Amino acid sequence: MKLIKAGVMLVALMGLGACEGNNIFGGGAAGADQTPNSGPIEESALAYFNTTIGDTVLFAVNEATLSPAAKGILDAQVAWLNKYPNRTITIEGHADEQGTREYNLALGARRAAAVRNYMVAAGLLETRLSIISYGKERPIAVCSTEVCWSQNRRSVTVVAGGLGNV
Amino acid sequence: MNVLKTILSVVLLLGAGIASAQDRPTIEIDVTGGNIRPVPVAVPAFVAETNGAQRLSGDIAAVVMSDLVSTGLFREIPGTAFIAGVTNFNAQPVFSDWAVVNAEALVTGAVSTGSGGRLVVKFRLFDVVAQLPIGDGVQYTGTQDSWRRMAHKVADAIYSRITGESGYFDSRIVFVSETGPKNDRLKRLAVMDYDGANLQYLTDDSSIVLAPRFAPNTRDIIYTSYESGLPQVFLLNMDTGLRSQLLENTTNMATAPRFSPDGTKVVMSIIDGSNTDIYQVDLSTRTRTRLTNSGGIDTTPSFSPDGSQIVFASDRGGSQQLYVMGANGGEARRISAGGGSYGTPVWSPRGDMIAFTKIKGGRFHIGVMRTDGSHEKLLTASFIDEAPTWSPNGRVLMFFRETAGANGAPQIYSVDLTGRNLRRIDTPSFASDPDWSGVLR
Repeated sequence: MKLIKAGVMLVALMGLGACEGNNIFGGGAAGADQTPNSGPIEESALAYFNTTIGDTVLFAVNEATLSPAAKGILDAQVAWLNKYPNRTITIEGHADEQGTREYNLALGARRAAAVRNYMVAAGLLETRLSIISYGKERPIAVCSTEVCWSQNRRSVTVVAGGLGNV
Repeated sequence: MNVLKTILSVVLLLGAGIASAQDRPTIEIDVTGGNIRPVPVAVPAFVAETNGAQRLSGDIAAVVMSDLVSTGLFREIPGTAFIAGVTNFNAQPVFSDWAVVNAEALVTGAVSTGSGGRLVVKFRLFDVVAQLPIGDGVQYTGTQDSWRRMAHKVADAIYSRITGESGYFDSRIVFVSETGPKNDRLKRLAVMDYDGANLQYLTDDSSIVLAPRFAPNTRDIIYTSYESGLPQVFLLNMDTGLRSQLLENTTNMATAPRFSPDGTKVVMSIIDGSNTDIYQVDLSTRTRTRLTNSGGIDTTPSFSPDGSQIVFASDRGGSQQLYVMGANGGEARRISAGGGSYGTPVWSPRGDMIAFTKIKGGRFHIGVMRTDGSHEKLLTASFIDEAPTWSPNGRVLMFFRETAGANGAPQIYSVDLTGRNLRRIDTPSFASDPDWSGVLR
């Protein structure tokens, strides 16, 4: 239902000003790490959130506690979200493959909840965020060593709604 | 077609010109342990008693042989070694023809077809060394499109007579079929015979699906799907194809469902943020009752076969361990005692053992223990061996084994309770999360 809301909002805004939703980043397929090489990334753009701030925070093995580095990223995410109050987010929790499927689903939820709780404590409205766990279903790195596992033990803040460019 | 009705009748063949066994046959297999010398068995093509039965007469004998050999308890005497066949089902076999090719057990059979797709399959089992029948002949009547099931019924009867255990070949596996790269796996539910035949897909691959489980009636499936966005528990009836979300109007994630032994309830995990607890859901009213209340992750509940207890995994004490509680919740006692972490416990259909996944030192194992946690025994070891499920007779486990690396992928394997006879189940694509039905009726 979040996606539907985002879609409605997108249509409404496109009516207001096509240029807003169709700037230098427009037209391309949505990609989390889209980094166009022509000019700086506009601060309002999703690419800014995803790459300049960083949409991902990492966790230690079997842990859901936020490291100082993770908190720094989340603080920046909250600051950005405060600046663009139309945006809603889904926090995805993920685990590495070193655990059973069902346990990892619960562990992913624990990580996503840790991020949600931190953001809410930092002042973000709870109604603007939702959480989902993918457990070990959606690794971002596919090797079977700590190099990859450390990248997969993550939460990803997925931004929806707002200013086009979705 | 409702496969439950495809085998219409079973009749014992008495006094068909062959004396019943007076003496105890000499062939016996103890499936519980010790060194097993596989019994050499001959299964010549069944006698085709009608023209229409010609093709099935060889196919049925082949499935019977495949079932028996898959147990690791029998060794095939190949047809190429035979010096004679069987042409008259009702005549006494020429035992010397079978002794000379070193067969110790002999299965003879006959197949006939009738109007309306009817199929009749008969078999007899003989001890070649003692020159005696083992039990009476049996006749199964069914439909031609259920010929594999009838062959499995024959093999179940043979297995049962020789081992003293109930058979498990006439059973099905529901599982998750997987395709695509590791970071974008497509998953769909599928069901197949225990040996991989007759595969059917139950869902498309548009949403992630996980861990399907059979209802005791073997026609309803419960599983986790992302189709409504969040992971939720769904029910699916295989006869009608009708699907429903178990709990409507919930914003919590739900996973790890299993039916109660009487099929009236489901136990599952509901994830409320960082806390995951076990709930029971009454299927007639869809009301939920909370069974655990720890701050940790309580998941993968599984009923004892008498329905009185539930085993589950929890990290309430730090690492993930196995606990047993009453079916209505309450105090849980930890049963796992070894090092490492434990998950996915499943109570054996015989009630005496619990199978589990164990993770220790970066390796995954399938293991079993008594229900009080004693006598832990690890049956397998690999990069990832996960999610055991019991054969209907509690003597074999299936699980999935996932290989390591960027191209790593899961396949379904079976292993005996003794730790022997590791076999891969042939599936057309990658496969995980198997659940073994009871014996079909």
